[in-house]
Amino acid sequence: MEKQVTFQHKEKVIEIKGLNKSFGNYHVLKGVDLDLHRGENLAVLGKSGTGKSVLIKIIVGLLSPDEGQVKVLNQYVDQITYKQLLELRLKVGFSFQNSALYDSMTVRQNLEFPLVRNQRKLTKSEVNMAIEEMLDAVGLIQTINQMPSELSGGQRKRIGIARTLILRPEIMLYDEPTAGLDPITCLEINNLINEVQERFHTSSIVITHDLTCAKAVGNRVAMLLDGQFQRMGTFEEVFNTSDERVRPFYDYNFIH
Amino acid sequence: MKNKAENPSIATAEVKGPGRLARMFITLYDVYRFIARFFKEGFLPPYEIKELLRQCYEIGYRSALLISTTGFITGMVFAKQSRPSLSEFGATSWLPSLVGIALLRTLAPLLTGLIAAGKVGSSIGAELGSMRVTEQIDAMEVSATNPFKFLVSTRVLAATITMPILTFYTAMVGMLGGLLNVALSEGTSARAFFQSSLEQITFLDITASTVKAIIFGFTIGMVGCYQGYNSSKGTEGVGKAANSAVVIAMFLIFIEEVVSVQFFSLFRS
Repeated sequence: MEKQVTFQHKEKVIEIKGLNKSFGNYHVLKGVDLDLHRGENLAVLGKSGTGKSVLIKIIVGLLSPDEGQVKVLNQYVDQITYKQLLELRLKVGFSFQNSALYDSMTVRQNLEFPLVRNQRKLTKSEVNMAIEEMLDAVGLIQTINQMPSELSGGQRKRIGIARTLILRPEIMLYDEPTAGLDPITCLEINNLINEVQERFHTSSIVITHDLTCAKAVGNRVAMLLDGQFQRMGTFEEVFNTSDERVRPFYDYNFIH
Repeated sequence: MKNKAENPSIATAEVKGPGRLARMFITLYDVYRFIARFFKEGFLPPYEIKELLRQCYEIGYRSALLISTTGFITGMVFAKQSRPSLSEFGATSWLPSLVGIALLRTLAPLLTGLIAAGKVGSSIGAELGSMRVTEQIDAMEVSATNPFKFLVSTRVLAATITMPILTFYTAMVGMLGGLLNVALSEGTSARAFFQSSLEQITFLDITASTVKAIIFGFTIGMVGCYQGYNSSKGTEGVGKAANSAVVIAMFLIFIEEVVSVQFFSLFRS
């Protein structure tokens, strides 16, 4: 079940150096360094409130860094214009923790919204085909005319991923994809993340505190502790330690 | 190191610590940037015509019943309450023109503005506030679309466009209320009533009402959108956004009414 393919020889799609971010007096990220290679899935682990979500929000330009360099697909996200950022965002998909589906729109309209606004030359039949293909990829074609309020938590996550994938991004950022789901649905979401990696050739950062998820989807695992990545490597490398800040994660997930 | 694309609302949310006066200036600057962004982006392509029409329907048509009821009752009660004073001078024949002028100059724009501030302003504030706290606005942002254009520009434009229509509709329905009262008391015909009330209305009255309605509509849309778009702190923030949208819009409408009355009175003498 553990993934151990190495991607170190491939080009870097995300390079972060010395990233700092504070909210008032609360210093969340303290000099974070991180590389993501093309085609790689990186699982980022850490306690709640350690800045995991802040990290990927900075990557996609929703938050700005206080200090440090954030290079995504060879562009520094904090130094580009809004127009350039929009173009970059076409290549970087973001799957939200609570799915963030537009609740006044049907599933079809949710997928249609980003597509027609970014590819205005598509015909109606091409748009329909793209929507149906994407819903088929996440196994939820039957929900096409349903409202988000009629979907289960797992279905909402899948639709959220489909809406992100419809723009065919090169990088996927998943924010707690399995949070609040039952174990079976978690397994399905883990499989979906792996399928996305294989089928759409994406590079991904998966933010989670679910070790089963990290083990199943991450080619590498990074542990964010005290505002920095303290441990990084394969799942075994990260957890083969007696570090008291790391062991409780493993013990809670696999012993209790 | 400032991100040129930084979300203005997030920038505001991150600012903590300054005193009350500094916060007030920060908010004022934020409001200025929000309004400037509307004028910068609202009229540039690509246009969200479908969403604009939907908002016009939501704001205009959905408010019509409440406005009809209020306008009709206001016209009727105004005619009834004005009669004793006019009859003391034997001037009840002036009642139709009094009702017409009062409605068109002040009552219709003000009533419509206040009702729309309550109904439309709160609805916009709550809807956008809810979208903000559930990250739907962020989701639009990261999917390379412009949420400001889709959510804010359309709502502000729709409120600005529909308010003059609603105002003249209120005036018309109010006159019908006045007609009912006058017809029942004096037996005046509808034709005589409207002839008498409309002949006193000038082009300046119509212009002043239209301008006021446009300003009120813009205010309601802008305040509702600003409060909702910048809301935070979960469900509490949504309630606060809806509430603030109503209170601030009503307050501004009263100020705008006073200023516009003073302004247009310069042209009346």
